Amino acid sequence: MKTILGTAAMALTLAGGMAMAESHSTTVRMGTEGAYPPWNFINDSGEVDGFERELGDELCARAELTCEWVTNEWDSIIPNLTSGNYDTIIAGMSITDERDEVIDFTQPYTPPDPSFYAALSEDVDLTGGVIAAQTGTIQAGYVAESGATLVEFATPDETVAAVMNGEADAVLADASFIQGQVDANSDLMVVGDPVALGGGVGMGIRESDGELRETFDAAIQSMKDDGTLNELIEKWEVSTTW
Amino acid sequence: MRGETGAIFSYCTDPSVLEGWRWFACYLTNGKHMLAYTSFGTVMLLLAITAPVSLAFGFAGATAARSRIAPLRWVGQGYTAIVRGVPDIAFFLFFVIALDQAFEWLRHQVKCPGWDDPIRQGSDFVVCDAAKLPLSSSPQWVHEVYGFSLAVLTFAIVFGAFAANVLFGAMRAVPRAQMETAEAYGMTPRQSFWRVLVPQMWIFALPGLSNLWMILVKATPLLFLLGVEDIVYWARELGGMKGAVFDYPHPDWRLWYFLALLVFYLGLTRVSEIVLERLTRRLSHGQATSGGEAMRRAAA
Repeated sequence: MKTILGTAAMALTLAGGMAMAESHSTTVRMGTEGAYPPWNFINDSGEVDGFERELGDELCARAELTCEWVTNEWDSIIPNLTSGNYDTIIAGMSITDERDEVIDFTQPYTPPDPSFYAALSEDVDLTGGVIAAQTGTIQAGYVAESGATLVEFATPDETVAAVMNGEADAVLADASFIQGQVDANSDLMVVGDPVALGGGVGMGIRESDGELRETFDAAIQSMKDDGTLNELIEKWEVSTTW
Repeated sequence: MRGETGAIFSYCTDPSVLEGWRWFACYLTNGKHMLAYTSFGTVMLLLAITAPVSLAFGFAGATAARSRIAPLRWVGQGYTAIVRGVPDIAFFLFFVIALDQAFEWLRHQVKCPGWDDPIRQGSDFVVCDAAKLPLSSSPQWVHEVYGFSLAVLTFAIVFGAFAANVLFGAMRAVPRAQMETAEAYGMTPRQSFWRVLVPQMWIFALPGLSNLWMILVKATPLLFLLGVEDIVYWARELGGMKGAVFDYPHPDWRLWYFLALLVFYLGLTRVSEIVLERLTRRLSHGQATSGGEAMRRAAA
């Protein structure tokens, strides 16, 4: 067992040495999913891109913070925030009471927006059929209570693929994401009535990190006040404007 | 949208006007694909580092498990029993966060003795800034190297436990007469262990170790659970349907990407089989096994 301790000690000193060499400025690590266009996605150059990338960069500029972008699986995006691997979640996350018990949210940067169903034909049964949604989303919670059979997937991509290959009758997700998928795919169409869910999208921040939350709150407010936030929302077509 | 950067071919500046093979040439060489290609290197590097480290863990575990000192024996046996009994996926999800927090806690104790606030605040794990590992001001590559090292360590602990069991069995499979002869020549236990037992045990360990190697090759997609972007992550990410916000829109192509992965993994296991076959022949030479006996007869 000496080897384990030895390796651990080595990793500790090694990483410590590397880290010590770096400068000590305020760097905020922005955690996102990178798989939810147009909110956030990895562009063809391999960088984080989308509405939230542009918004986050602007917020950091206004708050005079250096920001670093990190991608993380949606499934473990909250546990990795609370254990300190990054400092914010900016990943199209709707503000809900359930999440608010574990982490804090800034004020919303997009208003509450409807969710759309998408399917291959108009006559699918939305209340009794099989509906796909991403794990741990407000849409998954809604489908589970609607009486339909819920099938969950780890990524947004897979929820749409499930409809395309017949595994699910329809998919429920944010209107902007569904719209993008429907535009790119002639077989897919928006069906049923829009569903109003959630309390708007905000940045997730650790409960112990009150100061950072206030900083971003102020930056979001200033973008709301001078209209730049609405411009960004319109540019990326993510939701209705304020 | 950020434009196409670092394109290899001059005609890639405006992807929307490209057609046919030129589109594919540009598509397959864009920044995202380049990252995917380097992830093949990540997987190979992981294998290259993890295999010897696991073997070392296994050797230490097996040696400890047959030690004459009781506490050392308990440690060796406990290690193999516990790690082998816990499902890999649970181990990978739990252990990495626990390991990371253990390191940060240790550094916190050393670097911030005057800290009053509790480290656990509700579900938050809060250590002082200087104790963060890596520091949040470190560039992204440091975070990636750290994540990769955690991955190697976790893989090594898991596969080391299996290797320990294989080596423990191999040590016992060496004919007892060999050890008795060594003792008769007046070798100390340490001498007979290193000069007689260890050189002869490998042929007995090889079938078990080669199995482990094959399982390790196929277990590399677990890297993604540890936050390391490996080839399976990229196959899923690149293959997914791409809408109009992307420079290179395309329908769901995951089938083709996973087909490429299939070929890669099959190739890797085939090469491994060939190498292991040669190794078996080499280690059988002069051994008191049926393989070694067959070689002796063929030569005679």
